[in-house]
Amino acid sequence: MSTLFEVRNLRKNFGGLAVTNDVSIGLAPGDRVALIGPNGAGKTTFVNLVTGNLKPDSGNVFLGNEDITTLRAAERVRRGLIRSFQVTRLFLDMTPEEHVALAILQREGQAGRVVGHYSGRPALMQEVREILHQFGLLELSNIKAQEIAYGQQRLLEIALALALRPKVLLLDEPAAGVPQSETARIEAALKRLPADLAVLMIDHDMDLVFRFAKRVIVLAAGTVIFDGLPKDVIADARVREAYLGNYADAGSVA
Amino acid sequence: MTAPVEHSATVSPPVIRRLIDGGLIGALAIAVIGAAGYYLFPNNLALLTRMTAMALLVLSLDLVTGYCGVATLGHAALFGAGAYGAGIAAAHFGISEPLTMTLIGAVAGAVAGLVAGFVILRAHGLAQLVLSIAVIHLFHEAANKASRWTGGSDGLSGIMPNAVFGLFEFDLWGQTAYIYGLALLILVFVALKILVRSPFGMLARGVREDPVRVGAMGVSVHSVLLRVYVISGAVAGIGGALSAISTQVVGLDSLSFTLSAEALVMLVLGGTGSLYGALIGTIVFMFFEDTLSAINPFHWLTIIGALLVMVVLFAPKGLYGSAVALVGRFRRRQA
Ligand SMILES: Nc1ncnc2c1ncn2[C@@H]1O[C@H](COP(=O)(O)OP(=O)(O)OP(=O)(O)O)[C@@H](O)[C@H]1O
Ligand SMILES: [Mg+2]
Repeated sequence: MSTLFEVRNLRKNFGGLAVTNDVSIGLAPGDRVALIGPNGAGKTTFVNLVTGNLKPDSGNVFLGNEDITTLRAAERVRRGLIRSFQVTRLFLDMTPEEHVALAILQREGQAGRVVGHYSGRPALMQEVREILHQFGLLELSNIKAQEIAYGQQRLLEIALALALRPKVLLLDEPAAGVPQSETARIEAALKRLPADLAVLMIDHDMDLVFRFAKRVIVLAAGTVIFDGLPKDVIADARVREAYLGNYADAGSVA
Repeated sequence: MTAPVEHSATVSPPVIRRLIDGGLIGALAIAVIGAAGYYLFPNNLALLTRMTAMALLVLSLDLVTGYCGVATLGHAALFGAGAYGAGIAAAHFGISEPLTMTLIGAVAGAVAGLVAGFVILRAHGLAQLVLSIAVIHLFHEAANKASRWTGGSDGLSGIMPNAVFGLFEFDLWGQTAYIYGLALLILVFVALKILVRSPFGMLARGVREDPVRVGAMGVSVHSVLLRVYVISGAVAGIGGALSAISTQVVGLDSLSFTLSAEALVMLVLGGTGSLYGALIGTIVFMFFEDTLSAINPFHWLTIIGALLVMVVLFAPKGLYGSAVALVGRFRRRQA
């Protein structure tokens, strides 16, 4: 397996609590991996560590052959390591159209331009409309983000990540807060992703996880307790124990 | 992939819209109000020119504070650098061509912006505010110590600008200075209007609203802020140069904490994050300052204070921002 993205022995403590405890994970091009685990298992912290939003205590992160552990978040993004946030982070005063346009401009190295307006670029506008259309946001193109429903803000969050054309995509609970009727848009967008892209998705919705993932990683109390095929995860004793808590009779599973 | 049909909001005549966005309306408004001032207060042109220079400082502050969300009480450092830059060029190096002096002021302001930004952007929140105060005091003290160049507390004199384009002498009534300042303000305003709607301007707004999101788009927040500081320095520096050219002296008060604080008050009064707000705040504040201090030299600050408290409490978006919000609400009810 040629690794595109690799995390080695990552550790992070918050006030003595090991939130990320010696985590090692590798992703190959084309991987579709789900990262699951109970609330507070350290999934979001793991994403924050690898994207540079948090500093690990120890361990390394590699993208391609490069050690990116000490790079700033923005530099990792420019190398193709893109994330979405569990709690939506948008520019509340800007419209969906402006968000997506800015992401495309940045991808093309044009976001530093001090003259001109994105609407004067037909090819860019075409792509913006296509992306917004994909996520059912076209009608809301010119409404400020703070005025659109939370579920649609979530869709815009995903749209932004895709507009940056990632090599490695980390989605932190993309479907959380999206109405059931709209989750199909996220799934459809995930299906359309380029085949060689590596995706790691965190989600609590097991139906979605099983439809999406070819591989499942389970995190509990900061430790990877399972890394394997979806069909094996339900039967795994440690996984059951982690989800049911310490009081469950793990012995009866085997 | 089929492209969806044109959006209704983009149908309005694009040429007209672009001109409006490009600041044509604003430029016209400045010209009209400026002309009105010229004819209504022919004996007060010095005050109006001071207003113009101040408006450039407040616009510059708006870029940093209003658009990017950086709180600073040291912004006069950039203005003062421009004033001393232009003043020293004229007084010590005999560079008295006003456009060249203005350009030197812009460059000096931009360099000061780079230095001040480098220091102030190290910190966040309250620490940032404290650093900005430290910066203005350091600049002030440096100018005071370098009295051979700056004239120290006596001020820098001996600034005798040539005629603009070799045609328009700076007259005793301040007509040339006023028109020159107004022209500068209009040019800067249009340039800033273009800047704030450009991709880079969008990034600056993004930094204010969510720096983490900006980083997640692959943009270094620090480099955006530093660039804004440099641009802001150039604008403030032009204001400083205008002040040096029109008054023919530069004093330490152009590099003072008081001036920084006043600029911030004007910006908050007019409304942050909009170029119009910066202009309106400046005009209202300086108009009140002038009339009230004539009526009651001791209590005008009290009245300004009361006005500011009212604005912050009842119109937190400032005079312009609140007016826009009001019109918007009215329109929506009509629709
Ligand atoms: N900045 C922080 N400081 C201290 N503790 C933190 C911090 N961030 C997270 N934690 C703690 O670390 C643990 C893991 O949190 P994290 O958000 O990574 O969990 P998660 O697996 O993403 O949970 P969820 O499924 O609810 O999103 C939690 O106990 C949380 O309280
Ligand atoms: Mg989480």
